Amino acid sequence: MSIEARFRIDRKDFVLDVDLTLPDKGVSVIFGPSGCGKTTLLRSISGLEHSPEGYLRVGDSVWQDSQQFVPTHKRPLAYVFQEASLFAHLDVQANLEYGMKRVPKADRKVSLETAVELLGIGALLKRKANQLSGGERQRVSIARALAVSPQLLLMDEPLASLNLERKQEIMQYLQSLHNELDIPIIYVSHSLGEVARLADHMVLLDDGRVTASGNVTELFSRLDLPIAQSHKAAAFIQATVAEHDEAFGLTYLDFAGGRLSVLQSNLAIGSTVKLRIVARDVSLTLKHQTETSILNIFPVIVDEIISENHSQVMVKLMANGVPILSRLSLKSATVMDLKPGKQVYAQVKTVALLS
Amino acid sequence: MTLSDADLTALIITLKLACTTTAILLLLGTPLAWWLARTRWRFKFLIEAMVALPLVLPPTVLGFYLLITLGPHGAIGGLMDWLGMKPLAFTFSGLVIGSVIYSLPFVVQPLQGTFASIGTRSLEVASTLRASPIDRFFTVEIPLARSGFLTAAVLGFAHTVGEFGVVLMIGGNIPGQTQVVSIAIYDHVEVLEYSQAHWLSGGLLLASFLMLMIVYALNRRFLVAQP
Repeated sequence: MSIEARFRIDRKDFVLDVDLTLPDKGVSVIFGPSGCGKTTLLRSISGLEHSPEGYLRVGDSVWQDSQQFVPTHKRPLAYVFQEASLFAHLDVQANLEYGMKRVPKADRKVSLETAVELLGIGALLKRKANQLSGGERQRVSIARALAVSPQLLLMDEPLASLNLERKQEIMQYLQSLHNELDIPIIYVSHSLGEVARLADHMVLLDDGRVTASGNVTELFSRLDLPIAQSHKAAAFIQATVAEHDEAFGLTYLDFAGGRLSVLQSNLAIGSTVKLRIVARDVSLTLKHQTETSILNIFPVIVDEIISENHSQVMVKLMANGVPILSRLSLKSATVMDLKPGKQVYAQVKTVALLS
Repeated sequence: MTLSDADLTALIITLKLACTTTAILLLLGTPLAWWLARTRWRFKFLIEAMVALPLVLPPTVLGFYLLITLGPHGAIGGLMDWLGMKPLAFTFSGLVIGSVIYSLPFVVQPLQGTFASIGTRSLEVASTLRASPIDRFFTVEIPLARSGFLTAAVLGFAHTVGEFGVVLMIGGNIPGQTQVVSIAIYDHVEVLEYSQAHWLSGGLLLASFLMLMIVYALNRRFLVAQP
């Protein structure tokens, strides 16, 4: 089962033309610059926007085709808007219950208690919307969305209006959502940081068109896409926690291409973690260096090289099938005679733990 | 007792008229105001201009046309005559019709403004929370518009109490049937009964001020309660 969406919206200054298949599990992030049509796409999926010749199927139910258009209030979805739109005339509790009350009892899978607990808003239930901080408001609107037990959760840059601290706070709640509830999420964002932490699947949207859609690890390592050119270009890898090294205060993580060490964390042995390796933190050597301060060294094979400008190149490497990116000077690449197929060693200065 | 029986009757008729008019205006004005606030019809300005007409028209002009239309030889009056009903001119029902038209902008305009200020976002939120259009109207728009409703009701009521020209033209100043306070005051002054005129005028002044004060005080509270 999957989500299939085809929309075409023609406006004077803007055309949205997409044909997408999204997984019906995990978080799919629609990523792109502002004005590229992300929100319009999300609104089309929700039915708030009506594209006359659209088609939308979620799992095995068709929400829109040439014969029918299921109105928004009859679609089993929930929507979190960019700015928390709580009802001003209701307190937090009544806001949370507004949607839930309208869902038949048999379809209520997420209890109010679960939603309240997941978002940590138990102390706020009796307050009015205007007595909440921006972060609290957004948490309440996320809980309100969850309380309708949606089969699809749509989120339109829910963190955009918040400061960095609040972002971090809500991001944690979003991650726990992702881990604990089995609801597919379509998440609109223009922040690579959010993509990195949340996304499983990613859709790149530019000027109303889909430029790429696929697994986030795969898309981030594709050198032909604009994200590889951003200064935040990075590879994402999955690893399992192998052991804790009390003596040196390190935790060892195993991935297909070898072993990585990070500062000791309290993760359980055997749990799966997501890591980010930023391209500019990866250097290459021809021989396995031993006289170096860098701990994370593993063999890789050069897969692809593109020049970014007159002095820099981006190299895509394969560590036993796992793509890693490395940003090097053109001079180093020339001196080392890098070319596809060549075996080298990657030295990774920092590995960021994302979950 | 300083009010004569005739004055008391005029007062009761005035209150009855104002209450009936306000109730009818809220029932008719709410959907009209909602439609004006939400429609994208490009000729809606025509309806808006018609609604606002009583604001600028001399009441006597409005009353004159109503008298013509509702009278036994007018379009509506003639039809009613033909159907075997009594024409509405010089009756309480005629007064109500005149008052409803005359006070229409005082109810529709504040409501339209309030509905417009609520915007569509709250409604979109409600529809993603499973609320049908009717459900959204009653559970989101009406509660969010309560300050507008209060303003509309009090303005409609107060304006009806204060009208003179229209009721005189269409009601004909029949004591016990269509004589309202504002006309009774005029009658007292004409025959130099200043003390009775004082009592009625002072009463109206006080009541009007109290009503408006309550509106502004409550609206302030509502505004404070909303972000």
